[in-house]
Amino acid sequence: MTITINAEATEIPDDTSVTELLKLHEVKMPEMVSIELNGEILERDKYESTQLSNGDSVELLYFMGGGAIGI
Amino acid sequence: MNLSDEQIERYSRHILLPELGSAGQEKLLAGRVLLIGAGGLGSPAGMYLAAAGVGTIGVIDSDVVDLSNLQRQIAHATPDLNRPKVESAAETFKAMNPDVNVRTYHARIMADNALDIINDYDFVVDGADNFPTKFLVADACHFADVAYSHAGILRFQGQTMTVVPNESACYRCVFNSPPPPNAVPSCSQAGVLGALAGVVGCLQATEAIKSILGTGDLLTNRLLMYDALKLNFRTVSISRQSKCPLCGENPIITEVVDAEEAVCDLAAGR
Ligand SMILES: [Zn+2]
Repeated sequence: MTITINAEATEIPDDTSVTELLKLHEVKMPEMVSIELNGEILERDKYESTQLSNGDSVELLYFMGGGAIGI
Repeated sequence: MNLSDEQIERYSRHILLPELGSAGQEKLLAGRVLLIGAGGLGSPAGMYLAAAGVGTIGVIDSDVVDLSNLQRQIAHATPDLNRPKVESAAETFKAMNPDVNVRTYHARIMADNALDIINDYDFVVDGADNFPTKFLVADACHFADVAYSHAGILRFQGQTMTVVPNESACYRCVFNSPPPPNAVPSCSQAGVLGALAGVVGCLQATEAIKSILGTGDLLTNRLLMYDALKLNFRTVSISRQSKCPLCGENPIITEVVDAEEAVCDLAAGR
């Protein structure tokens, strides 16, 4: 099936959960990403149980500090 | 307030803008903007705000100027090494424009000083480099009811979003709570393109100016993402979240608490 990730059409297997998508998309630090699914911010504890559907739009919104360093 | 002949000349390119004019310039001269951090974002933001004639610029930062800062923190120069950044930045802003009153706070913004300081300003430019401070600033601006510009930069990417408390989506609507400290890339792993900080800091200055003028559309309910490598700007719509811990229907954050403490509390609450 096809979903949109950060405005780019992307092919992913059927029955992919949000947790699996983060692995497929090689997000190394999932704690540093907030996810918006079809315009709504998805709560972190729902990543595992949320299955993606054809046509979904996912935005990976990265945590970014100010001066190049984090804490 | 009446503009002097010198001010009419200094700000002539502003005054020529129909959206701004001399009335708008007077608003800027009466405007008060607080910079959180005098680093990569606070430097260009503060310099353009000073040049624009924003009458009061506050700057809070506890650091001193380090050699590795100079690649992007353009309010400081080589002779400023080891000086408090607030001193060096204030000198730069004053030299650019003596109309500006610069208030310096050589401190970290914390729960015990945040509201007192922020309450004296009309707009806050958040250029903090760490997440506990960014969340603290978002919370304090919410309780003080002061609009702010969030921004972050990393490697070749930047993001920014403006928040009008209780009207638009807030920082916590998007990012909820600080990431665990061990998840954050350390300074040795992450670099940043200096000119990128300039672009993003100038966007923040633009938002501060528009907010003071009440002109145009602020970057609210949108997160702007800038990719310098691809030279691409993109905005993502963000809506207020009913479950936001700060501005949602049942907020769990009801006062400004210290950054570190907030991290512990939220971690313990999971
Ligand atoms: Zn919120």
